[in-house]
Amino acid sequence: MSTTLEPPVRGRRLTKTVGDRLVRVAEAATTPYLPADFMDLFAPLRPGADLRGRIESVEPETADAATIVIRPGADWAGHVPGQYLRIGIDIDGVRQWRAYSLTHGPRRDGRISITVKAVPDGLVSNHLVHQARPGTLVHLERAAGEFVLPPEGGKFLMVTAGSGITPVIGMLRNLFPSTDEGVLRPARSAEHDIVVVHVAPSHPHSIFIRDLEALDAAGAIRLVARYDDEHGVLDVADLATLVPDLAERTTLACGPAGLLDALGAHHEAAGLTLTTEQFRTARVEPGDGGTVTFASGTTLALDGATPILDAAEEAGMLMPSGCRMGICMGCVIPLREGSVRDLRNGAITTAVPGETGDIKVQTCINAAAGPCHIDH
Amino acid sequence: MTTIQKKSVLGQDNPIAHLTEADIEQIGIELDAIRQDVLDSRGAADAAYIRRVIDTQRKIELGSRAVLLFSAFPPAWVLGTLGLSVSKILDNMEIGHNILHGQWDWMRDPKIHSSTWEWDMASPAEQWKHSHNELHHTYTNVIGKDNDLGYGIMRVDEDQPWTPASLAQPVFCFINAVFFEYGIAAYDLELGSVIAKKQTKDPDFRRRAKQVLGKIRKQATKDYVVHPAMSIPTGSFLPTLAANFTANIVRNLWSNSVILCGHFPEGVETFEKRSIDGETKGEWYVRQMLGSANISGSKALHIMTGNLSHQIEHHLFPDLPSNRYAEIAPKVKALFDKYDLTYCARPMPQQVYSAWHKVVRLSLPNGWLKTTNAKNAPQQLGILYKMATGDRRTRRLLGRKLESEARAAA
Repeated sequence: MSTTLEPPVRGRRLTKTVGDRLVRVAEAATTPYLPADFMDLFAPLRPGADLRGRIESVEPETADAATIVIRPGADWAGHVPGQYLRIGIDIDGVRQWRAYSLTHGPRRDGRISITVKAVPDGLVSNHLVHQARPGTLVHLERAAGEFVLPPEGGKFLMVTAGSGITPVIGMLRNLFPSTDEGVLRPARSAEHDIVVVHVAPSHPHSIFIRDLEALDAAGAIRLVARYDDEHGVLDVADLATLVPDLAERTTLACGPAGLLDALGAHHEAAGLTLTTEQFRTARVEPGDGGTVTFASGTTLALDGATPILDAAEEAGMLMPSGCRMGICMGCVIPLREGSVRDLRNGAITTAVPGETGDIKVQTCINAAAGPCHIDH
Repeated sequence: MTTIQKKSVLGQDNPIAHLTEADIEQIGIELDAIRQDVLDSRGAADAAYIRRVIDTQRKIELGSRAVLLFSAFPPAWVLGTLGLSVSKILDNMEIGHNILHGQWDWMRDPKIHSSTWEWDMASPAEQWKHSHNELHHTYTNVIGKDNDLGYGIMRVDEDQPWTPASLAQPVFCFINAVFFEYGIAAYDLELGSVIAKKQTKDPDFRRRAKQVLGKIRKQATKDYVVHPAMSIPTGSFLPTLAANFTANIVRNLWSNSVILCGHFPEGVETFEKRSIDGETKGEWYVRQMLGSANISGSKALHIMTGNLSHQIEHHLFPDLPSNRYAEIAPKVKALFDKYDLTYCARPMPQQVYSAWHKVVRLSLPNGWLKTTNAKNAPQQLGILYKMATGDRRTRRLLGRKLESEARAAA
């Protein structure tokens, strides 16, 4: 993000005070509601409103993946290709929040897009791919994430699997815009030397494969596509053969936990740099569960497999949430007393009043492990 | 009215005497099933409903307030006042009351949630939720526990002793109806008992009192300063002020009437404190069934009462979305019929009359109204005068005489 310094304007202080007064009068006229509550009836995407967006189109990519093009509200602050977006959408009347990679670089028309693959039992992904309709109002947060390319360029290897291509396609589209005249190579892409190793179950199930092939044909990138049905499951040890200059490259990888773990071990052994982005985390066997008591008075009897966040939301509580996979720390809440169990690795966190004090725990990946008191 | 437990002792009809423990448990199971059906089918249509109601209410409020900017023009005054009254009623009843019950929490919309909602009335949401959701809904119609029965200032049961002060209760009741929002605020603050117990210096009470005064100040500033001031250019300061005042009174009278209809008409049962010790879920359900009364009427009436016209269904399932009460009412009524219980439902004028009749009856000594007719009115008034001015012994003796005459007449 860039910042622009504005020259000081005389009289600005005055307008600000008058403006403040007007806001106060407006608030006094609408109490107990806010003037914004009334303006939202007519202009939900106006400047100053909570960040929202309107779905403009849903474009199928494969049989079970689609790109959702969204017109964001006036206060959308832009993004860097590779970043993700948290989107809140009402499904069966219930607000659901998920994070998806932005799949277009900043666009001239100001629209943003996410590309979603419908995963089995995925409530939100299936809804977005198969049911979402243009015109639907969605709730947004600002773009976030560190999975981005350095602007100065360099030599990179992108390892992507399945829908792990989504943050990478955002980067590639920004570097090499595709137009009617073919793939462009603007100045900003001159210093980028990119190899993409893309893994998918099969060619037809590969999101954005045509885009990748076009980029490869134009010489913008080198594409190494590996299909499970054709080449067998990718063994990370083969990377050195597939990409001979592997050692000179910085690797960025996005895909399921198994691949990322294998890649992590491989790169660590080889002393190579690796940046990863994960969509879903692997889960270990569930524990025993327990009763969770919240400061608000709600008490829930939970099993050992359900994240505290999911259960509390199911009970109608308003909970802070973020990536929902244990990465962003957007959901942390103080655990006052009791134990919780990390669903990714089984690690137990125990808070003892007077000894440990409150411990902030991630509710999205922790389940109850005995009775707990949570300060929320 | 006599508590359901005393009725058996006095040889009156106890409406639940015929129910066995197993019956009561079965009623609980069947009601749980009705509740589960609604939970299972709760979804997008319900969410759209509450958003539509909120949207409509806000547009009516905006429109009415805009019209009232010209309220010096009489038709504008009438239209604006009417619209604002409707808007305030919708805000308090179908929207505020039900959101604060948590009926819409399942949507996980932070803007429509019991923990964040505030409403257009004097009592702050937080305090109302405590006195209403926790106390009234838990201890419904338990004498001495549920202060919604007469708000702690009225004689609500024949078993409570009659005193000369009871004579004033219709007047108090009417004043409370007119200024209902302030009555509720004082009641949620437990002002009466705090003063009686001389606990006005308690820091928690101070905090809550400050909260109420802050809310009242904001509400009054809006209705009696800001909007009238905005009407000055058309010379409508006073008419707008009067319109806002009128709308608040209309809302007060309406919501008071609806609430009186919920638990006060004849045919609604009350319960003894001891009777709820160790109460089972089934017994709790039965108490809610018999402790509430419905108002029958049109769809518009149901919406304007915040669906408290389905008070029975609301008390059985306070956290189900209000738009579903009408749908489950026939199933609930069928359950009443199956177990030979009385489903108390009448049109609004009858329920309001019944409730007020009871207020008046209980303001008089037991049996007085029953033994009085046009012919003996002068003597009866004489007795009343003696009871009101005499000492306790006189009151007791004359009271007993009235009661035995009333029994004989029955």
